[in-house]
Formats: sequence, C-alpha cells, structure tokens
Amino acid sequence: MQQLLKTPTGINGLDEITEGGLPLGRLTLVCGGTGCGKTLLAMEYLVRGATQFNEPGVFMSFEEKADELSKNFASLGFDLDELIDQKLLTIDHVRLEPAEIEEAGEYDLEGLLIRLGYAIDSIGAKRVVLDTIEALFSGLSNKNILRSELRRLFHFLKDKGVTAIVTAEQGELTFTRFGLEEYVADCVIFLNHSVYQQIATRRIRIVKYRGSAHSTNEYPFLIDQQGFSVMPISSLNLDHKTSSKRISTGVERLDTMLSTQGYFRGSSILVSGTAGTGKSSLAAHFVNAACTRGERCLYFAFEESQNQIIRNMHSIGIDFSQWVEQGLLQFQNARATQYGLEMHLVAMHRIIDQFKPTCVVIDPISNLVATANVAEVKSMLSRLIDYLKMKEITVLCTDLTTPDDSTLEHTEVNISSLMDTWLLLKALECNGERNRVLYIIKSRGMAHSNQIREFIFSTKGIDLRDVYIGSSGVLTGSARANQEAKNLAEALDCQQQIEFREREIERKKLAIEAQILALNTQFEAEKENLIRLINKEQQRNHTLLLDQQAMIKLKQADTPSPLDNALADTEKGDVE
Amino acid sequence: MSSNNHTDSEQPALQSSTKDFEKALLDENHQNYFFKLYVAGMTPKSQRAITNLHMICETHLQGHYELEVIDIYQQPLLAKQDQVIAVPTLIKQLPLPLRKFIGDLSRTELILAGLEIIKKPL
Repeated sequence: MQQLLKTPTGINGLDEITEGGLPLGRLTLVCGGTGCGKTLLAMEYLVRGATQFNEPGVFMSFEEKADELSKNFASLGFDLDELIDQKLLTIDHVRLEPAEIEEAGEYDLEGLLIRLGYAIDSIGAKRVVLDTIEALFSGLSNKNILRSELRRLFHFLKDKGVTAIVTAEQGELTFTRFGLEEYVADCVIFLNHSVYQQIATRRIRIVKYRGSAHSTNEYPFLIDQQGFSVMPISSLNLDHKTSSKRISTGVERLDTMLSTQGYFRGSSILVSGTAGTGKSSLAAHFVNAACTRGERCLYFAFEESQNQIIRNMHSIGIDFSQWVEQGLLQFQNARATQYGLEMHLVAMHRIIDQFKPTCVVIDPISNLVATANVAEVKSMLSRLIDYLKMKEITVLCTDLTTPDDSTLEHTEVNISSLMDTWLLLKALECNGERNRVLYIIKSRGMAHSNQIREFIFSTKGIDLRDVYIGSSGVLTGSARANQEAKNLAEALDCQQQIEFREREIERKKLAIEAQILALNTQFEAEKENLIRLINKEQQRNHTLLLDQQAMIKLKQADTPSPLDNALADTEKGDVE
Repeated sequence: MSSNNHTDSEQPALQSSTKDFEKALLDENHQNYFFKLYVAGMTPKSQRAITNLHMICETHLQGHYELEVIDIYQQPLLAKQDQVIAVPTLIKQLPLPLRKFIGDLSRTELILAGLEIIKKPL
C-alpha cells in the first residue's frame, strides 16, 4: 500500500500539523484575508525548500514585482537575490493592466503556461508558488475561459510533478473569492487574523488534506525576524513522563514542609497571594537555588524590568546579576498586553526551545487576563504547562489574588487544578500590623505539612517560623514574639519552682537524719544505764545466794540445798 | 528677446519634443504602426489571428505598418518581457500608447476602435 508522499515545507511547526508537509506533486491552496501572511508563507516555503532541501522554486507573482519582493523579504533575513543568482529561485512577475487589454476574440492562457513551464525548466524547480492567481479574474473578463484555463494550468502543474502553493484571497462566505477551492482540492490551508481586545492574533488551520490525517484545530502562528512559525501546542497530550527527583524550593524550612525534599522536578507550582505577600521573593529563592545547582533558569516577568528585579532581590540577599553574567539566568520582560495570548505562548515556546532551561518562572500569570478572557488564559496555560512537563521543566507561577475575595483559595484564572503544588501566601492583620504567613494548600504525590508558617524577610532571605497557636488564636509578628517571651518567662518560673522543691527535700532529709542520730544516741545512753542496773541487780542477787550458802554451811547441813543450783544459774546468766 | 534665446538654448529637448508633437498631429493619418503578434504554435486560433490581422492592416493601414509574429514556444523569454499571458496577443508598440488585444482578433470593430482607426461605435 502506497501512502501519500509529502514535501516538507521546512516552516516551523507547519510540517507537524500537516504530519509531514504538503502533498508531493499536488497543489495546496492557501487562503485568507488581507495581510494574514499568505505571501510570506508561500515565499518561505520556497526559501526553505531552496536552503534546506536544495529544491529550486518558482515564484510567480501577480501582485508584487520581483524587486519589491526582494526588499520585503530582506527584512525577514531572506536574501532572494542571492538565491536567484544561485539558480535556486526564479521570480516571474505577471503584470495585468485591464486598461490596456482588449479582448478581441477567443483566447487561452497558453502564454502563462509557457512562461511557467520555462521558469520551471530553467532551474529544474520542484516547488512552485502562484501568488495570487485570482488577480487574473480582475484582469480578464471572460470567466468561462479563465475557469477552464485555470483547470488546465493546475493539471499542467501536476503533470510537471511540482508541489505547488496557490494563494487566494478570502471570500465573503467562501474560502476564496472566486471559488478556487473547487479546482484545488488536495489541500486547503486557511489563515486567519483576528483581533480581540485590540490585540491581533494570527491563526492557521488545515481545512482539508485529501488522503492524509492532519490536525484540524486552529493554531496560532507568529511572523517575526525568523519568518513564519506555527505552534502545534494543543496537539500535546497527557502522556509525559514524570520524575520522582526532587529539587529544593530555596527555602530550607519549606523543603522540610514538603516532606523534607522540596518540589518534584518537572512539576508545576503555583504561588498565590495578595499584593506584597512575597510571591516574587519566593520565586527568586527557587531561581537562586536552581542557579546555585548550576541549572538554567528562565524568568518571564510581566510586571518588572530585569534591573528592577535584580535590585529588589539584592535586598533579601539574592544576587541575580552573577547568574545572568554566567548565562544561567535569563529574563524575558514583556508587558502582558504587548501582544496576544497566543503570541505570548509562541514566544515562550521559542525562547524555551532556544535557552533550554530546567526551571521556568512566570511572574505573574494573573496579568495575562488583561489580554484575553479567563477561559483562553486557562487553555493557554494548560498547554504551556503540558509542554513544560513534557520537557521535564519545573515551572513556578505566581498569581496575584485580590484581597477582597471572601476566600483566598481561588486563583485569578482558575488554574489551580493544573498545578501540582499550591502555596498560598497571606497577610494576617492584627494588633496594627500585617504579617505574612504561608500554607501549603496541596502538593500532589508527597506528604506535606498542614501547618501554617510565618514568613519573614531578612537580608539573608526568607525564613519560616512556627506561628504561636494558643487559646487566643494564631499569633504572628510582635504578638508571637510577645507570647514567646511570656512562655519563656513561665518556663523559667516553673524551673525555679522545681529546683526549690528539690532543695527542700534535701533539707528535710538532712533534718530527719539529724533527729534519728540524736534519738539513737539517747537510746544508747539509756540502754547502757539499764544494763548497768541489771548487772548491779544480778550482782546483788548472787551475793545474796552466796550469803545463804554460807549460812547453810554454818548450820552444817549435809545435803545439797536447792539454793546451790540457783546460784549456778545466776553465775551463768551474767550479763556481759 | 535675449531672455527668450536663453530659454531656447537651455531647453532644446523640450523644443524638439514640441516639434515632434506638432509633426505627429500633421501626420496623424500617415503614421507608422508597429505590431507584435504573439502566438503559441500554428494552431487554428493562431492562424485565424494572423489572417484577421492581415486583413485589418491591408484594409486600413496599407503601407505604413510593420508586423512581427512571435511564437512563444520558440521564444518564451520574450513572453515574459512583454507580459504575455494569453495567446494570441497583439501588442501595438507604436504609436503610443501601448495597447494589447487578446484573442483571435475576430472582433474587427473593436480592434479598429482600439487602434483609433475608426471612432468607437456609439
């Protein structure tokens, strides 16, 4: 099975949305209103063909002269004269002056075919552009002849085997004013230039591509110094790979709050908060941490100039100028209203592709709402975030919320669902001061702290402190410091009490021990006395017995008296 | 007089073109025509155009016209130079202004009016 062969145009993004380029050997109709870039697209097709694919091309112009074209395209960096010298390009200007032509009978457009054939053969062209062939309709009045001759012309081009672009002006209800789409049926590309809120956006759409799959959406495109670029952004899908690597937030305690390691690489982080809550400073810490690791960072600033950011971040001890000098940090400063949303997106894509950062900061996304409605901003951001995720680039967006919202858990552009990590900064007002606090509203895929932290700026950067949570609610700032001092005093007091009681125990112990000693001494003394008395009694008893015996002996009794035994007992039981 | 002389000597070109103009007015009916007829090969259409043109010239401009017939297959570069896209194309190079007629030149009245040989039919 033979597939439709395609010719790559070499134009940024166009080959992606056509899935390979224009149909080889066939005709493509490019239509659109005035000034939408038809001629540019057609010419760039030839120039890219000549320079990138070495395919010579013929540009048959019905509107502009060759030297005018050269001048116009010189501003885009295309040197047409050089290509003409190298025989890679031929420009044939067909001039039609209706005033000097009379139609005096039957004619055909063989002259045009011969000129075209000659131009193709003279350089061996593979690509042909007819811009804008409809000029024939205003130059010649016999429409029947014209239609049949155009059909012949298109057949002629197919026979020649060239891949051609035919441009045509947009009609009121049709794609082209003279219905050319009836003849050129292989591929139709429609260019559109619309203005919303004074901001113009160019868009391209493949209306038809016979025999090939193609993207059907409208894509924004950009015309700038590098020519035409189409961004097939909405063709991205949700199958990007995810990293489980972690990167620091730049604030040590914030890393701790995000299960000690910080953000996921390639994730999207939203920092929202009211004015002056330190969103940019938090972003600056993130950038600083990335640059310190030697990674490249891209900073899209929609509010401040580069120098202003550098100066301001100096005050919290971050030196951006060194990173800029080392080429690790690049600022892209543009007012949000400078151009349309899609242009922003395209410009962002382009700079991301060129600079290849690992971290991107958008400060703030809420400003983009000024250029379009919320739904469009959301769609643009989701495409941008998808793109960044696909490239494993970590993106941090700041979002300014209006303070009178009843709840701050709401973003200006309702994009919180796109974000992996959402930090909320808030100013708490009490005791005549405003203090900044930080919460983590969500952080997908990691355990994260549910605690509120006070957010303090110093010349060394951001510091996070625990807030005091007590009976009187959450205390921050000087109230927190006050409470901390009070707590400290209480703790000291308590410690002293403990020490005092311990000392008292010691004292009691000593006193009681002294008493015990005294009592013992007394007891010993009494005991000694009593023993002495006992001995004395026994001595006297003994003496008494001896006396009795002596008396018995004196009475000359011959039998032992029971008294002898009693005497023996007393001698034995003598107390020592 | 001296100032007039001065002017004359300063602008001889003007003087000569003025003379030409006066001469051309006098010669209006006897000026020379120069035609180029572009055809693409000897098709019946080309032949008709050549025949028709010959007839017009011999009838109305006998003796003071020049005709060059060019086949664009042979000389495609000339087609580019003279901005020919349709064939047959008749170009009246002289007298000025330049005019082009496309087609097989069968509409004689229209050609004669265009060549200002006869007044346009009202």
